[in-house]
Amino acid sequence: MAPETSLNNQLYARLKEVIAEKKELRNPLIEILRIAQELFGYLPIEVQEFVANEMNIPASKVYGVVTFYNFFSMKPRGKYTLNICTGTACYVKGAPRLIQMISDKLGVGMGETTEDRLFTISAVRCVGACSLAPVFVIGEDTYGRVENKDKIGEILARYK
Amino acid sequence: MSLKRIDLLICCGSGCISAGALKIKERFHEVLQEKNLANEINIIETGCMGPCDYGPVMVIYPEGTFYKAVSPDDVEEIVNEHFIKGRPVARLMLQDEENTFSTQKEVPFYQKQVKVALANCGYIDPESMDEYIATGGYEALGTVLTTMSPQETIDLIKKSGLRGRGGGGFPTHIKWQMVHDNASDEKYVICNGDEGDPGAFMDRSLLEGDPHRILEGMMIAAYAIGANAGFLYIRAEYPLAIKRIKLAIAQAKEVGLMGQNVFGTKFCFDAEVRTGAGAFVCGEETALIHSIEGSRGNPTPKPPYPALQGLWGKPTIVNNVETFGNIPTIFLKGAEWFASMGTETSKGTKVFALTGDIKNTGLVEVPMGITLRELIFDVGGGMTGGHKFKAVQLGGPSGGCLTVEHLDVPVDYESLKERGAMMGSGGVIVMNDTKCMVNIAKFFMDFCVDESCGKCSPCRIGLKQMLDILERITSGHGKEGDIEELQRLGEAVNKLSLCGLGQSAPNPVLSTIRYFREEYEAHIRDKSCATKVCLDLMHFDIDKSRCIGCSLCARKCPVTCITGSREDKYTIHQLDCVKCGNCQDVCPVKAVSRIPGMHPEVITKREAEAKSGNHHDE
Repeated sequence: MAPETSLNNQLYARLKEVIAEKKELRNPLIEILRIAQELFGYLPIEVQEFVANEMNIPASKVYGVVTFYNFFSMKPRGKYTLNICTGTACYVKGAPRLIQMISDKLGVGMGETTEDRLFTISAVRCVGACSLAPVFVIGEDTYGRVENKDKIGEILARYK
Repeated sequence: MSLKRIDLLICCGSGCISAGALKIKERFHEVLQEKNLANEINIIETGCMGPCDYGPVMVIYPEGTFYKAVSPDDVEEIVNEHFIKGRPVARLMLQDEENTFSTQKEVPFYQKQVKVALANCGYIDPESMDEYIATGGYEALGTVLTTMSPQETIDLIKKSGLRGRGGGGFPTHIKWQMVHDNASDEKYVICNGDEGDPGAFMDRSLLEGDPHRILEGMMIAAYAIGANAGFLYIRAEYPLAIKRIKLAIAQAKEVGLMGQNVFGTKFCFDAEVRTGAGAFVCGEETALIHSIEGSRGNPTPKPPYPALQGLWGKPTIVNNVETFGNIPTIFLKGAEWFASMGTETSKGTKVFALTGDIKNTGLVEVPMGITLRELIFDVGGGMTGGHKFKAVQLGGPSGGCLTVEHLDVPVDYESLKERGAMMGSGGVIVMNDTKCMVNIAKFFMDFCVDESCGKCSPCRIGLKQMLDILERITSGHGKEGDIEELQRLGEAVNKLSLCGLGQSAPNPVLSTIRYFREEYEAHIRDKSCATKVCLDLMHFDIDKSRCIGCSLCARKCPVTCITGSREDKYTIHQLDCVKCGNCQDVCPVKAVSRIPGMHPEVITKREAEAKSGNHHDE
């Protein structure tokens, strides 16, 4: 698929610039991977190898870091990641029920992406909005005390 | 800046923002523009004011009127009545049966609070350095740099009795002294903003609501230990905090409050923000340092302590956000003033995030030594929905649960530790009598298993074993001796783990066994969860005297295990029930109820299976 390849080439070129920019910083690997994930949406092995080559470090080191942190994903993600808080306050206020409602609504389970590649459901450990528990976050928007499926549907519709 | 007659402070903490604070702010701008009042009223976006449960909240000065749960539709009325006619809108004020609390000072939530670290949070515009300076900001740094030696700076902190606010309660001055005494060409200050404890959001609120205070605290620390570079390690989950702290750094640099020769002295300082990438263990200082170094955030054994060999092998102090937040005020008001608050061993104030089943959830700052009762019932306003208090969880996954009998325990580092809980970063989760303690213990264990970095085996394997036992107990397969096995494993993991995560991870289990042993026993022996939380240890039942035979439950049952007719009423076939709760949700006459205990039919079936050798873990 030609358009995709040229898009990819652009992304790799951009990533190369970023790495050149950040190389001067001390140990910028995590920052670089963060930007790489922003560009590509996820961190497949090819991207990890590219970063390793450019930074002149072993690919195993890159892989080690990617798999250590929850923030990095090796699977493609939806356009929006729907992070459901599973911190303590949310848990006692009904996070398991919220997860059930959201996954019923989207038809996919935790960690999965909807077929239209719009949403990925993911769990996050406390977003620090405990007083609104249970909460979920889409991008930078926090939604708290969502009680029923209709409300969830209404919120999701805003992103469609 | 022109003089304006009214200051309108709108809380833009994360709680109020998600309750719609930004829309209200927009609406104020519109209405004020329409009415030609824009140059008379100053709209200020502040950090968290604390009472998140009342959100969106706002305070109007000069008189300090406090409005809660404001909606965009109320804006016009506030402008017309309050701003134009000078008659505050009583219906938006906090009210109880007898009183209306018209000003912020009168609101009971604030009465027992003493704000030190949070002094400016909710009072100034966090994006304006001028406002921070107007409240005395950077004065402490100026005094320290121009009139005190590094040793005098450390001595003053020692006199104040300040201890680390991140959890452990390690005396701040000892860390500083160690790094100070350790000669090196490079030293570092790290601000630990990897607030991973679920149920705690004070660091977030401080970074978002008063970022310059944290920078000032860091620079005083840097001067004391002889460092000229610092890092703020902040969780990626807090984008607004990252944005605000970056802005604050740029502002401070622009006017020379950071950078070369600050206040005309020889002191130079530069700060950089590093974002976390989602790993709870990175709150541990050695793990955090490795993460800044761009590696996996695995902890390493101490010693060597970071004070000797920290970031890039150089002497480093790692202090929590709230610790830095206290420092400027200690220098402004004096060590004696700070030490006059609190108890013998725990001085000053502590910020707590109150959450759970209480009325006033939110962010509070109270003097150390306040009792749990005052914290939960006076500041927190007591329990919601007429429920009874059952337990309070302090200190997150490293902490423990305390009960009714501990309500008069003073909140300080030692008193909590003695009773199996800990101060932790200050998350206070209050639970009512509908919560199952075994299930809560399982929740924390699940969290720790997930977040264990896997480096040392006691934590990696021991915690998993504990989780398996808890799962067995909550699914009705518990057996005699499980409680003792949990205790044995818990103690071993505590003694043998490499870092604080593993050492403290058994606490939630051990403390719930200590105070709620009978609940564990009921789960194991009677196969019953009294709170009906553990699905395997409860069942649904239809009360035939109430059932009207409408068949709605049978139609909504996903496994068609409900049968009956209008005449015979409906019955649940217990062996097939998956406990989804649909029948209870849809029943129009509330004939379906949850009954504690595994249904006798299910017990008989399981026993038969066990005999024939099909039991899953035999």
